[in-house]
Amino acid sequence: MPPRHARTLIVMPAFNEAASVGDVVREVLAKVPGVEVLVVDDGSKDATSRVAREAGALVATLPFNLGVGGAMQVGFKYALENGFDNVVQVDADGQHDPANVPILLAALAEADIVLGARFAGEGDYAVRGPRRWAMVSLAVILSRVAHTKLTDTTSGFKASGPKAVALFAEHYPAEYLGDTIESLVIAARAGQVIRQVPVAMRERAGGVPSHNPFKAAAYLGRAGIALVFALMRPASTYFVGER
Amino acid sequence: MAVTTYILGIVTAALVLLVVIELLRRRHLRERHAIWWLIAGVFALIIGIFPVTLEWAAKLLGIEVPTNLVFFVSIAILFLVCLQHSSELTKLESKTRALAERLAILELEVGESARRDDSAN
Ligand SMILES: Nc1nc2c(ncn2[C@@H]2O[C@H](COP(=O)(O)OP(=O)(O)OP(=O)(O)O)[C@@H](O)[C@H]2O)c(=O)[nH]1
Ligand SMILES: [Mg+2]
Repeated sequence: MPPRHARTLIVMPAFNEAASVGDVVREVLAKVPGVEVLVVDDGSKDATSRVAREAGALVATLPFNLGVGGAMQVGFKYALENGFDNVVQVDADGQHDPANVPILLAALAEADIVLGARFAGEGDYAVRGPRRWAMVSLAVILSRVAHTKLTDTTSGFKASGPKAVALFAEHYPAEYLGDTIESLVIAARAGQVIRQVPVAMRERAGGVPSHNPFKAAAYLGRAGIALVFALMRPASTYFVGER
Repeated sequence: MAVTTYILGIVTAALVLLVVIELLRRRHLRERHAIWWLIAGVFALIIGIFPVTLEWAAKLLGIEVPTNLVFFVSIAILFLVCLQHSSELTKLESKTRALAERLAILELEVGESARRDDSAN
C-alpha cells in the first residue's frame, strides 16, 4: 500500500524565509509521512531556495515576486499536472503546525476546501485594531457566502481537494488579499463545499512578519474592496475546463 | 445653465463610472490601475449633480472662472495616470528582461544536460 498521504502536495509560499523554511520543511516531512513538499520561492533575496532544497523539498523559484496568489497558483498547476489530489498550503514561517495537516486532510472527506481557523477556540493567536475588525466582518460576510460558519477567513492554512485544485489551477487570484478572501468567494460561487477546523497558531520561527501597523489600517479598506469585487464578478469568470 | 447641459454632465459622468466598474468586474482592469479613473468619475458625478460645489471650490481656491478648476483637476489626473503608466511600463520591461534571462539560462542548461546524456550513452 502506498503511504497514506502520497497524493497530497504541501505547497509553501516563501518570500525571504531562509531562517525558517528548512526547519519547517523537515518538520512537515517528519510529521506527515509520504507527503511531497513544494516550496515556491517568490523571488527571495536570501538563500530560501537552497535551504529548502537541502531540507528535501521540491523548489520552484520565480524570477520575480508574484505575491502569495501567484506562488500558490504555481503550486496548484504543478499538483494538477503531476497527479496530486490534494494541496495543503503551509506557511514557511513555522506558524502552521504540520501536525494539523492530517486533521485538515481528514476533513476533506466531506469538503472541497478546509480552512485551519485560528480563532476557533484553539491556541491564543490574537490580532487587534483595524486588522481585527476587518477579519471579524469578513468572517461574518463570507460565512453567508459559503453557507457555513467561518471565523477566520484570512488564514493561509488551507487544504484543497481535487475539485478545488482543478478550480484554483486556473483561477487563483493574484491581487492583494485575493489569495484568501477572493479564493473563498470563487470556490463558494463554483458550488464547492467549504469547512473550517480549529487549529492553534504558533509564533513565527524566524525572519520578519510582512505586516506592520501602518499597513494594517489600509487592510480594512482593501479587504472590503476585494470582497465587493469578488462578489460582483460575473459567474462565467470562474469557468473550469475547455470552452 | 440649460437643462440639457445639466443632464449631459450627469450622464457622461455616470457612463464613465459604469464603464470603469464593468471593466473591473470583468477583470479587464486591475484595482490599482482603476483608482484614478474612479476618482475622476466620482468627482465628475458630484459636480454634474451639484454644480454649486464647483463654484464653491473655485471661490475657496480663488479661481475666478470655475471651469478653469475643472481643466486644472482634469489635467492633473491625466498627468498622474500617465506617470503611473510610465512607471508600470518600466516595471514590466525589467520583468520581461528577467524572464528572457531566465529562459536563456534554462535553455543553455537543458541543452548542456541533453548533450551530456548523449555522450554518456
Ligand atoms: N510567495 C510569496 N510568499 C510570501 C510573500 N510574502 C509573504 N509570503 C509567505 O507567506 C507566508 C505568510 O506570510 P507572513 O508574513 O507570515 O504573513 P501572515 O502569516 O499573514 O502574518 P503574520 O501574522 O505577521 O505572520 C509565509 O510563508 C511567507 O513566506 C510574497 O510576496 N510571495
Ligand atoms: Mg505568518
